[in-house]
Amino acid sequence: MTNHWIDLKNSDCILIMGSNAAENHPISFKWVTKAQEKGAVVIHVDPRFTRTSAKSDIYAPLRSGSDIAFLGGMINYILENDLIFKEYVVNYTNASFIVGDKYDFKDGMFSGFNAETGKYDKSAWAFALDAGGVPQRDNTLANPRCVYQLMKKHYSRYTLKAAVDMCGTPEAKLLEVYKAVAATGKPDKAATSMYAMGWTQHTVGVQNIRAMSLIQLLLGNMGVAGGGINALRGESNVQGSTDQALLFHIIPGYMPTPSTGQPTLDDYLKLVKPVSKDPKSMNWKKNYGKYAVSLLKSFYKNAEPAQAYDWMPKLEVGQNASWLVLFDKMLQGQFKGFFAWGMNPAVSGANSNKTREAMTKLDWMVNVNIYDNETGSFWQGPGMNPKKIKTEVFMLPCAVSTEKEGSISNSGRWMQWRYQGPKPLGESRPDGEIIYELAQKVRELYKKEGGAFPEPVLNLNWEDMGNGHEFDVHKTAKLINGYYLKDVSVKQPDGSMKVFKAGTQVAAFPALMDDGSTCSGNWIYCGSYVGPDPKDNRAAKRSKEQTPAQAAIGLFPNWSWSWPVNRRIIYNRASVDQAGNPYAPQKPVLAWNAAGKKWDIDVVDGGGNPGTVHPFIMQVHGMGALFGPGLNDGPFPEYYEPLDCPVSSHPFSKVLHNPTALTFKGEKRAVCDPRFPFVCTTYRVTEHWQTGLQTRWQPWLLEAEPQMFCEMSEELAALRGIKNGEKVWLENERGKLWAKAIVTKRFKPFVVQGNIVHEVGIPWHFGWRFPKDGGDAANLLTPSVGDPNTGIPETKAFMVNVRKA
Amino acid sequence: MSGKSFFVDLTKCTACRGCQVACKQWKKLPGEKTVNTGSHQNPPDLSDITLRVVRFSEKEMEGKMHWFFLPDQCRHCVDAPCKSGASLPDSIIVDPDTGAVVYNEKTAKEDAATIRSSCPYDIPRVNKKTKVISKCDMCNDRVKAGKLPACVQSCPTGTMNFGDRDAMLSLAKKGLEAAKKKYPNAQLVDEESVRVIFLTQDKPALYAKTLMADASSTLGPRGYTRQELFAGLMKPVRNILG
Repeated sequence: MTNHWIDLKNSDCILIMGSNAAENHPISFKWVTKAQEKGAVVIHVDPRFTRTSAKSDIYAPLRSGSDIAFLGGMINYILENDLIFKEYVVNYTNASFIVGDKYDFKDGMFSGFNAETGKYDKSAWAFALDAGGVPQRDNTLANPRCVYQLMKKHYSRYTLKAAVDMCGTPEAKLLEVYKAVAATGKPDKAATSMYAMGWTQHTVGVQNIRAMSLIQLLLGNMGVAGGGINALRGESNVQGSTDQALLFHIIPGYMPTPSTGQPTLDDYLKLVKPVSKDPKSMNWKKNYGKYAVSLLKSFYKNAEPAQAYDWMPKLEVGQNASWLVLFDKMLQGQFKGFFAWGMNPAVSGANSNKTREAMTKLDWMVNVNIYDNETGSFWQGPGMNPKKIKTEVFMLPCAVSTEKEGSISNSGRWMQWRYQGPKPLGESRPDGEIIYELAQKVRELYKKEGGAFPEPVLNLNWEDMGNGHEFDVHKTAKLINGYYLKDVSVKQPDGSMKVFKAGTQVAAFPALMDDGSTCSGNWIYCGSYVGPDPKDNRAAKRSKEQTPAQAAIGLFPNWSWSWPVNRRIIYNRASVDQAGNPYAPQKPVLAWNAAGKKWDIDVVDGGGNPGTVHPFIMQVHGMGALFGPGLNDGPFPEYYEPLDCPVSSHPFSKVLHNPTALTFKGEKRAVCDPRFPFVCTTYRVTEHWQTGLQTRWQPWLLEAEPQMFCEMSEELAALRGIKNGEKVWLENERGKLWAKAIVTKRFKPFVVQGNIVHEVGIPWHFGWRFPKDGGDAANLLTPSVGDPNTGIPETKAFMVNVRKA
Repeated sequence: MSGKSFFVDLTKCTACRGCQVACKQWKKLPGEKTVNTGSHQNPPDLSDITLRVVRFSEKEMEGKMHWFFLPDQCRHCVDAPCKSGASLPDSIIVDPDTGAVVYNEKTAKEDAATIRSSCPYDIPRVNKKTKVISKCDMCNDRVKAGKLPACVQSCPTGTMNFGDRDAMLSLAKKGLEAAKKKYPNAQLVDEESVRVIFLTQDKPALYAKTLMADASSTLGPRGYTRQELFAGLMKPVRNILG
């Protein structure tokens, strides 16, 4: 979230799209309801009428996978009717930037595409720079090569008719939504966006979110109270897991993973430290060298940074090591062993049959979980012959989150400390302890037996995470914050010198250094644990103390701690004009205190006097990126159909699918395939969590949602002779699955390009292991194709057949 | 009138079923073996081990879809017809402090069918083996210890409210006023007769036929309407039977 949960109450218009917040984030509706009480319009855009729709002021149906037609249509509506917040767009976004000559867009393809590699050369999308190296600008927005004009041209194809044709949304509903959202283009109004997997799990997942970001920038809704782009995380600590880089392409703090393309630390630092010649651009990433070196020192505190960098594992240039690729390689026999840690890939991974088959190629698997699951027991699952499977499975029982101390980071970036409740049952242990002991054992073996390249393992800094025998969660949290490795003298604003002794915790990331004198396990968390005692652990703060201005927007600066630097609304610099006056004086996020020469209310982005700093400090040029030259599939979101789809063409171009989507050879796809005529989507229910591992065994939750179901319209049920509550089969090229039919008026057939398209939906929480009559994984049907930027699988839109069982 | 009451603002209920689960947790009640019957409402009805259930009702009106949610429970009637329907004077107790209508071990001696049919809202359920009749007891133990009922404690949206009756009645009136702006058909349900005051956004029958003790329904024994049950018409019957 750019904002946070409580801030939803400050909104004038809440667009819930790609999310079923009332069911899957029930607490969010505390704040949605408060906004509604104050007159906010709540909109739900979803293929199915859900509990969220029931509470919304406007419900608009759309066919799964057509979001960019819907949002592109909204961009066009805003631009054609000139509903933008112009001052904001000119001063705070890159609308005025001139794009270089190499950029072009023709019939669904951006310039720079290499048909052989299937990839774009992104340098073709660079901005035109002036002699000083600063992007050329036209603040009148009239230059045909400025971002605003290119954008206007790009989205001129996204007419109401085209959107209606592809989304199946009635035109009146579409307009109703466009009008309600666009009405927040006024300086003192804000719309917010609540999204979840319904936007991300597509081959255009990142571009779905970009499309909404464009809308929010055009309307001046970024950085303000009640605005922003808000990802509702599906697991309580998913925010924490990405912050700590539980992904292949980043290292902690969202820095890129080193590759063999940067063999030395200097090469890496050149890559991560962008240069801006604009004096008003903070270009915060210029500091990444300090953060990277401090991270290396947290890993290898006794080594020189260059040496520590040598020891870092590196990707091959261009290597994709995302989920789908890992399981594809596993299927090819490229892994001997596999740790399934707090995960249940036999249920959660797309294309479950492929995933389960891949596990048969392993020599061993360690399943760390609270219960046995479909993954640990894959060898005795449906269609498996245990006699023919060589994989040896080890089960390590781990503690439940409430049985251990530590922090979780919620969707609103709040790092919240939690204390141990009950003690772990039996021999189950916290994950940290298991990892710590495993590491000690591996080190012992390396010491005893040597082995290839032992230095990175033997020199790793384990002493700052335990006492040599036991894992210590407070020591680990202090290391993540970081501390001084040497005595360091720092010049204070009054000119005096202050010495920070070696071993002192670092106060905040601006104090981190690139000479090896500081360490920090994650720069964005620097400032979270600022002294030696547990009382210095800001994640544990639970004070409701706030100023009246903070109370007005529901900002609690002393309740937990939020990264970065306890800033609760990021990009908040964009909530004030160049003179420092808030655009929404009734709910300001920042106030310039002229007497004290400081900013009040929230922690300001960037600092300095009003008008001296561009607000989007993480962008090289300091501006909100309407034109974003960084993604793999284009600088503007463009419409493509899901890789499994019910149409053979669309009105936006001749390019049917995302040309850069992640695909695997030999895997079949259904495009207008009469055998699989229905769109299918997956979702969650309130009562189950993730793969259902914790909730299917919980009788009060299981009784409420006991079995796999398939929701469908009355029209489709009539077509297939299916009655409510009957058992049905869903099938496609990848798998087959039974479900109980829920025949409902809440699903309606869509009219797409003049044809009736039916859609069905299934939850993904069930698995064959328990209960025995519960059904199996929805992912048996989902395709292993993914987004070109993240590799996230397209599990929200694919094709199936449905028939009576 | 003193004692406690609930105010349940159904315009805010998202059917998250936190209350349904919290009830079972506090009461240590087991889960039921259920199947999906083509509805999300599950368990499908109240039972002796399911004292509150969220009812789901889909209605399409003038081309607009509505999904009405009703967290159903004992209303703790101010003058409880089930007590009037009971044969023993102390098998159904009204707590003088809170107004909670509480069943106890003696309720097992009552005729379950009579007790159930005396309820205008069709709430009490019997365990066929033990004959014990069960329903919500307002979490009277929690309330007397100064805590909120478990269902109210779990509610994320402000649907479930609990407190002194006067305060709840005034909250209900305010809630109705606010709801009317958006939902012209909004109304309070039987607020003078019950301690669980529901605010609906449309006609109560759209939620469930048992939401309101309306005059047209004749669920009661011997053809009494559910509204007549409130008039104490069961009393002479009990005297005759007694």
